[in-house]
Amino acid sequence: MNVSAIEHTGRAQTRANYDPLLLLSLGFIIVVCVIALAAPYISPYTAGGLEEKQILQPPSGSHWMGTDALGRDLLTRTLYGARVSMTVGLGTALIALIIGTAYGLVSGFIGGSLDHFMMRIVDIFYGLPDMLIFILLSLLFGRNIGGLLVALGLVSWVRFARIARGQVLQAKEFLYVEGARAMGARRQRIVRRHILPNIIGPIIVTLTFSIPSAILAESTLSFIGIGINDPYSPWGTSWGTLAQDGWRAMRTYPHVIFFPAAAIFLTILAFNTLGNGLRDLLDPRGR
Amino acid sequence: MTAFILKRLLHGIIVLWVVATLTFILLRLAPGGPFDRERKLPPEVLQNIEAKYHLNEPWLSQYLRYLEGIVRGDLGPSYKYLDRGVVEIIADTLPTSATLGGLALLFALSVSFAAGLTAARYRNSWLDRCAMFLATLGISLPHFILGALLIWAVALQLGWLQAGRWDQWSSAILPTITLGAAPAAYLAALLRSSLIETLGEDFIRTARAKGVGEISVVLKHALRHSLIPALTVMGPLTAALLTGSFVVEYVFAIPGMGRFFITAVTDRDYPLIMGVTLVYTAILVCTNLMVDVLYSYVDPRIRTT
Repeated sequence: MNVSAIEHTGRAQTRANYDPLLLLSLGFIIVVCVIALAAPYISPYTAGGLEEKQILQPPSGSHWMGTDALGRDLLTRTLYGARVSMTVGLGTALIALIIGTAYGLVSGFIGGSLDHFMMRIVDIFYGLPDMLIFILLSLLFGRNIGGLLVALGLVSWVRFARIARGQVLQAKEFLYVEGARAMGARRQRIVRRHILPNIIGPIIVTLTFSIPSAILAESTLSFIGIGINDPYSPWGTSWGTLAQDGWRAMRTYPHVIFFPAAAIFLTILAFNTLGNGLRDLLDPRGR
Repeated sequence: MTAFILKRLLHGIIVLWVVATLTFILLRLAPGGPFDRERKLPPEVLQNIEAKYHLNEPWLSQYLRYLEGIVRGDLGPSYKYLDRGVVEIIADTLPTSATLGGLALLFALSVSFAAGLTAARYRNSWLDRCAMFLATLGISLPHFILGALLIWAVALQLGWLQAGRWDQWSSAILPTITLGAAPAAYLAALLRSSLIETLGEDFIRTARAKGVGEISVVLKHALRHSLIPALTVMGPLTAALLTGSFVVEYVFAIPGMGRFFITAVTDRDYPLIMGVTLVYTAILVCTNLMVDVLYSYVDPRIRTT
């Protein structure tokens, strides 16, 4: 590890100690992850449990978030909804990270006309609205969670590719990389030992920001009725779909939309706050 | 300058062609067709329909026919709205969407300039903190939640405005705020950080030293310099307004192009999907071209490239 990276981690640790917002949002994200994993064990009711006599009840002692139009417990449905959102968020970010970083590394490291060509492709994708490409791709891949992951991943890799390439181009000029090359280090070794550690900060920041945008895209699509359409999946129902249910009943039963909407908003807010905090810590140049 | 614009125009046409081709391939690959019904159509009827829309021809000739149509300004028939072509539908709905988008852009620009300037000038004051807190909230609030919240609070609880109508100027207020909030928040944060950086530059100190008034320093010297980063995001910002309009038009029941796009996707009305996609791409290409030209006015150093 090079000296500047050591300085980075050292400073990151001390600064993180007194940023309550960062810790708070990190804590919230961990809680949501735990909820997503443990939904069947901590839910007060079963996910599909219908109670015809308990239709559209306002929040009460037995149903903390009330019930929906079919008498299902909203707390249970909201807890299960964390599964879809977190899977989509984390899954998309990982797919995009792998494709995008590899693409950017190759493009930036090899350079020349290949780099030029590869970046032209990125430019075309980058200019188009994510949601548009995403809706078009979802027609092809179908409206289930797997298809959604692929479609979202294919949309958001572009950001990683740009960041990775930019960072590689910068890192390539550093003296120690030149030194390593002069000493006869092979390409693979240079990338792994010298370039990757250097670009890891901005990549992590991009990763943190791409999770909430995936969650946002998924819930928005579910809300307008072209998202995941898979009523019997063990994944539960997306927060966006729950919000859509609530939207129809908002005039008379505003509690149905309130809780899923709050869950979406708080989760996105937590990731954005975490991203901002991490950017200040890990990517001082990007500030 | 003319050569530059021509070059960019050519680039834009290539982008349009790539998008048209990719969308064409994608929609031909997609499973399920526009004429799949719960109750199967008799094969003779299906054959007639396919013959009418040339769906029985090989892909290549369909593709060439489509490209030729684009050049002539004909985007084909709609599979769903039998009496109207895609061009007609777009011509009917685009003005509505453009009005909403324009208003939202205006809203975003005025709010972000006011907030960004204030926040940068009174850096670290409570005003700055409030503005930046609101900006973080604005970036994280999805359109559909903000829209639902505004309808619930302003239209249902307070009864000040009516939601779900598009017939008087006041029906544009809530949709404009909903669509413009996120870009406003994003731009304000961007403008603030770039202004803070600029205010620390030497030429600002020089301006202050020679006795230029504070207002003039911020508005004339600093702002112009800080406009570049704001201009850079105008392309992505337009893209965000375009896709945001899908949701906002859906939530507020506005008869715009975005709403037709959503129903076209549910109906698998392929010509309409492709037509709207192309219009969106064309809008983006034009925006990017305008931004590039504006660049060179704001910062003459860029003109050479």
